Amino acid sequence: MDLTLWTYEGPPHVGAMRIAASMKGVHYVLHAPQGDTYADLLFTMIERRGQRPPVTYTTFQARDLGGDTAELVKRHVREAVERFAPDALLVGESCTAELIQDQPGALASGMGLNVPIVSLELPAYSKKENWGAAETLYQLVRGLLRQQPANPAAHNPQAWKDQQRRPRVNLLGPSLLGFRCRDDVLEMRQLLERHGIEVAVVMPLDASVADVMRLPEADVNVCLYPEIAESSCSWLERTFGQPFTRTVPIGVGATTDFLTELHALLGMEPPASDEGAHQSRLPWYSESVDSTYLTGKRVFIFGDGTHVLAAARIARRELGFEVVGLGTYSREMARPVRAKAKELGLEALISDDYLAVEAAMAEAAPELVLGTQMERHSAKRLGIPCAVISTPMHVQDVPARYSPQMGWEGANVIFDTWVHPLMMGLEEHLIGMFRHDFEFVDGHQSHLGHLGGLQAAQPEPTTATAVATVAADASGETTLTWTADGEAELKKIPFFVRGKVRRNTETYAREQGREQIDSETLYDAKAHFSA
Amino acid sequence: MSANLLKESGPREVFCGLTSIVWLHRRMPDAFFLVVGSRTCAHLIQSAAGVMIFAEPRFGTAILSERDLAGLADAHDELKRVVRDLLARRPEIRTLFLVGSCPSEVIKLDLARASEQLNQEMEGRVRVVNYSGSGIETTFTQGEDGALSALVPMLPSSTEPQLLLVGTLADAVEDRLITLFKRLGIDTVRSLPPRQSTDLPPVGPGTKVLLCQPFLSDTSRRLRDRGAEILQAPYPLGAEGSRLWMEAAARAWGINDAQISTTLDPLMERARLALEPHRQKLAGKRIFLLPESQLELPLARFLQRECGMELVEVGTPYLNRELMRTELDLLPDGTRVMEGQHVEQQLDRVREARPDLVVCGMGLANPLEAEGIATKWSIELVFSPIHGIDQAGELAELFSRPLHRHQLLAAGRQR
Repeated sequence: MDLTLWTYEGPPHVGAMRIAASMKGVHYVLHAPQGDTYADLLFTMIERRGQRPPVTYTTFQARDLGGDTAELVKRHVREAVERFAPDALLVGESCTAELIQDQPGALASGMGLNVPIVSLELPAYSKKENWGAAETLYQLVRGLLRQQPANPAAHNPQAWKDQQRRPRVNLLGPSLLGFRCRDDVLEMRQLLERHGIEVAVVMPLDASVADVMRLPEADVNVCLYPEIAESSCSWLERTFGQPFTRTVPIGVGATTDFLTELHALLGMEPPASDEGAHQSRLPWYSESVDSTYLTGKRVFIFGDGTHVLAAARIARRELGFEVVGLGTYSREMARPVRAKAKELGLEALISDDYLAVEAAMAEAAPELVLGTQMERHSAKRLGIPCAVISTPMHVQDVPARYSPQMGWEGANVIFDTWVHPLMMGLEEHLIGMFRHDFEFVDGHQSHLGHLGGLQAAQPEPTTATAVATVAADASGETTLTWTADGEAELKKIPFFVRGKVRRNTETYAREQGREQIDSETLYDAKAHFSA
Repeated sequence: MSANLLKESGPREVFCGLTSIVWLHRRMPDAFFLVVGSRTCAHLIQSAAGVMIFAEPRFGTAILSERDLAGLADAHDELKRVVRDLLARRPEIRTLFLVGSCPSEVIKLDLARASEQLNQEMEGRVRVVNYSGSGIETTFTQGEDGALSALVPMLPSSTEPQLLLVGTLADAVEDRLITLFKRLGIDTVRSLPPRQSTDLPPVGPGTKVLLCQPFLSDTSRRLRDRGAEILQAPYPLGAEGSRLWMEAAARAWGINDAQISTTLDPLMERARLALEPHRQKLAGKRIFLLPESQLELPLARFLQRECGMELVEVGTPYLNRELMRTELDLLPDGTRVMEGQHVEQQLDRVREARPDLVVCGMGLANPLEAEGIATKWSIELVFSPIHGIDQAGELAELFSRPLHRHQLLAAGRQR
């Protein structure tokens, strides 16, 4: 039994819903008590979906438990098949139904319905959402394709050459409630099209049952989100001999590597190594003199495995940041994330306790946080700029505009999204040069004044002559006092960095055992921290 | 009573009682709500609470693992360990609610016994209370009924004459109502739940209860068992309902009509002015209320009588005829009141009737909007300060705004 105040992932049946809702003609009968229908709002609110997820909940109540819940399951299966006429039916149970052991999948299979039925067993007390999505995709692919004739040894990923056609790939993994999947698919289609590679099936997003049946016709599978699609890709490789790509094309370097890997699998001439420099603006924007101030920015990265691995690479190799923290809540991705962290001289944080993540973040003292919606909240509390790079997400992470993460345009989007919070609307070197100008003095704050996370975190004293006393910290050892002279000096510092300077100075004063902070202390602290 | 009372059953699209923690924990900042359940429970509450994420929230879930399911004896010990850890880390907690869930009910985890043992262990530093918010037993707002009825046995006894307001109100609304009751001449007004969980009101033969919310069946029964009298009145939604509700207390206190009129007439006149612009937008429009919050009947009464709306169907997850008697009496003859739900069939009826506005849960709102039907989230009505004569205009605005928006966008499309 674990105390959980907030969770990164939902239960595994929510993962199954993501697969069902992503596809066309698939319906999911979920044996679940009243109340589990809350999961619909994830789709209709966060993704603003205009359709209900294709899920029939049995919504049993206590009075049903004394009677025949098996009959209840069958009634809902029958009604769902009549009403929605699905091409394939998923049948499974949520945490409570797992305890009463009605085995809804077996019940549905025994009803003689004229529809393929995939029975899902998703252990709710040990597994989570992404695992549930991967398992559902795998069971669905396997269940529908099991009967197809297969000869893995005979599959030749370069057969397109002899067959007088373009090479053909499937894109596996994009789903609803995944991070920017809709736009990633569009970007990948364009990228592959430019290289003369045809996209056969995208799954699960917008795939029909007929599309699933066509999966074995592709030369190679592209695994876009390993959390969701790797198990299915492995099965397709074992069963039909289709190789699959291991590189996730997020960032310029990874997109280049991905293209190289895919071209090699398909037996095509390798693509030009400088394609990224021509197709994406990230490389030049990062080289441009304006970006000098990005050098060595300390960045803390936490999220799902796919996106943190990509982010670490981009941060270090494409933007010149220093990665000071790396972690994931995806236990399934712990191994590669640990390896990546080691490569960066760090120890990976593998945890689903957001308070532990926040503590690690505070400890690492980064200048930028790349995380989920939860890290955005934590970073806000700590007064650190943040960009969201991974699920779990909020409605604002499903923007109206085109904003993929993958491919060349994805790299552009990433440059903008990560750099903007750092700039706070002003170039940093200008801030340095002009910091004594009157515009930066109180009373002349720009219209951006309300945006500063630092400001929000530490409201300034209201009277100009205030001599502030900082409350003793938890240990109660030192009480710090700002002299009028110290406060006046602090006021000269631009409002958007003032909170940080105040904190640094107080930390320094405590370390030095000083009780009063005057202008000299402030300069001492400045020298200390820039040394 | 001449409403057309109907029933249906089938798949339901409603929240479970755990959802009520989202507003209960805000009412009592010194209380903590610990759900004993699964990852689904934790995910439900954080999803229903939306963006309200706190550094140290006052609710959480003790998530059962496979090991807890294997040995029930260990599960009890595990629960006590989790509670001890939590209380050690959060010494400011005065009341701990152990909230039962579907899985904890099914495996028959004995939260009553756990509470008892923990209470002995805590020696009065923290009070541990238990109730069930499980979906197999409760719907949405019934969770509040469970929490409050669990508190009733702990209320001190007193024969002091007092008016007890039962059901969570927004603090500002509560203050306003107490001021008005004092103006009427009722001086001792207390609330359940209180603002501090340790500040429990007394109860006894001198207590007269006004229910602020219509979903408090168990709580009102237990209060009656403690000697309190439940005053019969419509619920304080809309100007008319709120006035009748306050009048019920005034009459029980023997306050004369002149005093009631002097106090409430100016408020009613102001409410009439506040309602008028919304009434103009709402009059003649057709509304369909899907079952969720159990506020549906009082809302329907307000929208029909004070805003001139036509009621297509009024759903309610559960109908307590005794507590709803006065509300049912105020509905027009033949109003279709549907208890229970078959969500698919009900949505078929919505599509067939093409109402101007549908009150529904968050899972259904956007799909209906995509079909061109304006909606109002029922959960918003539970969070918003809508009680009392002074709030009637704001309450009407919650319904007129989506209609107004639809008209604006429709006009924009035609240009």
